[in-house]
Amino acid sequence: MQYLVSVIHDSRDPSSVEAEAAEQAAIDVFNARLQDEGHWVFAGGLGVPDNATVIDNRGGDAVVTDGPFVESKEFLVGFWIIDAPDLDVALRLGAEGSKACNRKIEVRPFL
Amino acid sequence: MSHTDVQAAITDVHRAEWARVVAALVRRFGDLDLAEEAAAEAFAAAVERWPADGLPPNPGAWLTLTATRMAIDRIRREAKRDGKQREARMLQDDTASEAVGVVEDERLRLIFTCCHPALAMPSRVALTLRMVGGLTVAEIARVFLVRETAMGQRITRAKAKIKAARIPCRVPSAEDLPARVGGVLAVLFLVFNEGYLATGPDSDPLRGDLTAEAIRLTRLLGALLPADGEVTGLLALMLLTEARRPARLSASGELVALDEQDRGRWDGDLITEGHRLVRGRLAAAAAGIAPGRYQILAAINAVHTSARDIRDTDWSQVVALYDQLVGLDRSPIIVLNRAIAVAELDGPQVALAAVDRLADVLAGYHAYHATRADLLRRLGRVPESRAAYSKAIDLAGNTAEIAHLTRRRDDLR
Repeated sequence: MQYLVSVIHDSRDPSSVEAEAAEQAAIDVFNARLQDEGHWVFAGGLGVPDNATVIDNRGGDAVVTDGPFVESKEFLVGFWIIDAPDLDVALRLGAEGSKACNRKIEVRPFL
Repeated sequence: MSHTDVQAAITDVHRAEWARVVAALVRRFGDLDLAEEAAAEAFAAAVERWPADGLPPNPGAWLTLTATRMAIDRIRREAKRDGKQREARMLQDDTASEAVGVVEDERLRLIFTCCHPALAMPSRVALTLRMVGGLTVAEIARVFLVRETAMGQRITRAKAKIKAARIPCRVPSAEDLPARVGGVLAVLFLVFNEGYLATGPDSDPLRGDLTAEAIRLTRLLGALLPADGEVTGLLALMLLTEARRPARLSASGELVALDEQDRGRWDGDLITEGHRLVRGRLAAAAAGIAPGRYQILAAINAVHTSARDIRDTDWSQVVALYDQLVGLDRSPIIVLNRAIAVAELDGPQVALAAVDRLADVLAGYHAYHATRADLLRRLGRVPESRAAYSKAIDLAGNTAEIAHLTRRRDDLR
């Protein structure tokens, strides 16, 4: 069973260089563990929503819009896709991921 | 056996066997929805057939077997409709005979699934009452004063999440167990408290049906987890609270406070059982096992139910227990209840000072204002007391409590 672990950024305050380095180090440790224990599928960090582009081609004429599809104080900054036998395992990994990246996360099952 | 006897027997079997039948089917088929529907169909079949055929020798086994057959029929029908053959594995694995008289922890697994922290609290309560308690959706809807369709949707959503997110049906690992048991106890305590003092104006003020159901489910959990002191603590707390119910409502439908209750009307059997459980936990505490919050609350209620009247109460013991409780949980409601005991020990002036410090956090809570009103009344500060009673009456939802507060306010001179 695969779960999407979304990393949610909910602070406007820019974090310090030291804090970011500490977060990245903790994430590396967590990623290594996911790989060792067979939970790893994929993970990635995302650029800021300001750099997003929305395209709507449902009408045949692709409409391109600058910026994210929804303006929000909270936005996705990265994600893991993990493999776990059930939600209890996924939630335990999610809790450790939240601690590692120092942000709240959402765990959601794939269909 | 007369028709009425059979009806009564079916009701008894429903209480005793519902959770077992559902749990056996969940284990076999891994699907809460299917388990619930098949169990309901099996009980419906019993209602139809037992009055004519008589009770089977082992009603639980009959129900599990019937429900299993109905579940298999359902899977076959759906497979035919979907044109799929995915049911083959389930149907070959014939464990029906093994599922009879099953290991107790199937029900325990079911309880942990229904009270999973990934579900919202109202969903946990509703699902537990349905899947473990066997209450109908209509009955649960009445508990929460919501429409039956809304309650049905809430339960359906919870079951869908359990399936889609794969919430497991098992007893949590040792490291997670204390927190997860705490989650189950929170659900049972919520059901009990709604029965102890209904929150809304549209139901009976005291709901014996709910307190009885909460006690029954807590007894079941206690039988499944006999070594857990907090489960025993919660059961003792419920029994010692329930024991006072006959004295808590006056003939005119007014809530009667502890100091005015006719203690002769308390239920002696429940008190005896509750005291025995508390003594067991005190022995464990003496052996060095630190008690949790439910055990401390039970001990406080044991002190109250040991006293012949309010003056005979060992208030220093009550305050000492509250001090211990505050050490575990500094919630403002516990601090408020501690202050009520402090008033008996150190007087209303000291208690009022402690209560007033909670103004910011508890301004919207009726019991905060009711407590202040009572302390102000005892201090002779009549206009302030009257204002506090009025505020409490505005915020209270329980009809019997409103009647009690109104009389207290109107008695002010």
